[in-house]
Amino acid sequence: MVEEKNIFGIRDFSIYYVDFTAVKNVNLDIETNKITAIIGPSGCGKTTLLRSLNRMNDLIITCRVTGQVLFRGVDIYHRDTDVIELRRRVGMVFQKPNPFPSSVYENVAYGPKIRGVKKKSELDEIVEKALIRAGLWKEVKDKLNESGLSLSGGQMQRLCIARSLAQGPEVILFDEPTSALDPISTANIENLLQELQKTVTIVIVTHNMQQAARISNYTAFMYLGELIEFGDTDTIFVNPQNKLTEEYLTGRFG
Amino acid sequence: MTAIFDEELNALKEKILKLGCMVENAIRDSVKALVERDSELSKEVIKKDHLINALDVGIDEECVRLIALRQPMARDLRFITTAMKITTDLERMGDFAVNIAERAMELNEEPQLKSFVNIPKMAEIAQSMVRDALDSFVTGCSRLPYEVIKRDDEVDDLTVRNFEELLGLMIQDPKIIPLAVKRTYIAKYLERIADHATNIAEMVIYLCKGKMIRHMELPESE
Repeated sequence: MVEEKNIFGIRDFSIYYVDFTAVKNVNLDIETNKITAIIGPSGCGKTTLLRSLNRMNDLIITCRVTGQVLFRGVDIYHRDTDVIELRRRVGMVFQKPNPFPSSVYENVAYGPKIRGVKKKSELDEIVEKALIRAGLWKEVKDKLNESGLSLSGGQMQRLCIARSLAQGPEVILFDEPTSALDPISTANIENLLQELQKTVTIVIVTHNMQQAARISNYTAFMYLGELIEFGDTDTIFVNPQNKLTEEYLTGRFG
Repeated sequence: MTAIFDEELNALKEKILKLGCMVENAIRDSVKALVERDSELSKEVIKKDHLINALDVGIDEECVRLIALRQPMARDLRFITTAMKITTDLERMGDFAVNIAERAMELNEEPQLKSFVNIPKMAEIAQSMVRDALDSFVTGCSRLPYEVIKRDDEVDDLTVRNFEELLGLMIQDPKIIPLAVKRTYIAKYLERIADHATNIAEMVIYLCKGKMIRHMELPESE
């Protein structure tokens, strides 16, 4: 299969909560196997936009959308979309590590089991591979049966990444994945994201501008629901073209 | 944080202007020492160079501190990187002023070859370039840095003219070669000073536009 340049194409896309427009007419392409960071002040719509990429917003009854989100050329908001399959292909990792209250092994094996993998040897292999890719294998291989909740914060977050990886996703969405972690765990996660980027497309929402600068290839700046500026991370952080972006990055906002 | 950072950036700007002022004075005095055959003034210039060096180091340290502690971005980042480069250029100009002062002292020991025409003209243009380059750094984006860059050609032309005139004199009378060579050196120092002023103007354009224009044809537009 020829890899398309852009895995997501967001087209004239708006998101509404009742009469509040959270995301306003956004047009944005997400490049395959790159890290795209979305930054902006609280309430700018960045998390809402992120969650729309695997239809997590469906869970909010008052939420509706207009426009299109093309995933590999197909609109995910089409009525025929298999949302469960979409969320397998587009995984998500949240701000607060949220392992299931079960063993490390079960956390990772859960997804594959649900989609019908039964053979123990096959599951073992999936779990090991996912934990290796998440950089957690060495630390947990002797305690696979211990509770996922017994791990440290950084380990729990990597467990959540492993849980997502076990599903063989093409994209993983990260919603401030390190905001609850110390600097060393943060650095581990950042290294991991850059490693994963070779095989998985990453979209990350972060309040930490330095984090966006350190790890992303592209940066999108949002304000009041609008996409203000999008470009190479180098350009955005050294020479942004929009005055609002400039003011936000230099802390002279409002 | 922002208010403090703004104060720090302003303080940095003022330090650079102070350095610029010291360097301008050094250039002016070194040429004055030459033209007026005032070796005492030469010694002054040489003696004061360590103040320029100390300020250069201080500015660099301050820039590194601001990068580490304030993690500047966008225009702030360009401002600080520009400050670091400008400082290096200014410090080098100070060294050339010392070189001029040294040659002046040597020439003052000898009889005057002929009155100075090209060198004071070059010094005047070079100083105006330094002043305007720094003004444009302070006042922000304008035509000024582009004009500074253009003025460099005048200094280059005068360097060539000065050399050709001295070459003619040297051919006529080889005895004057030691003195004439020193004069060509001085012109060369001034030509280098103008080059450093050009570097500053180019960095100011980077600060404003985010584009490095060094080693390129000068764009006509602002």
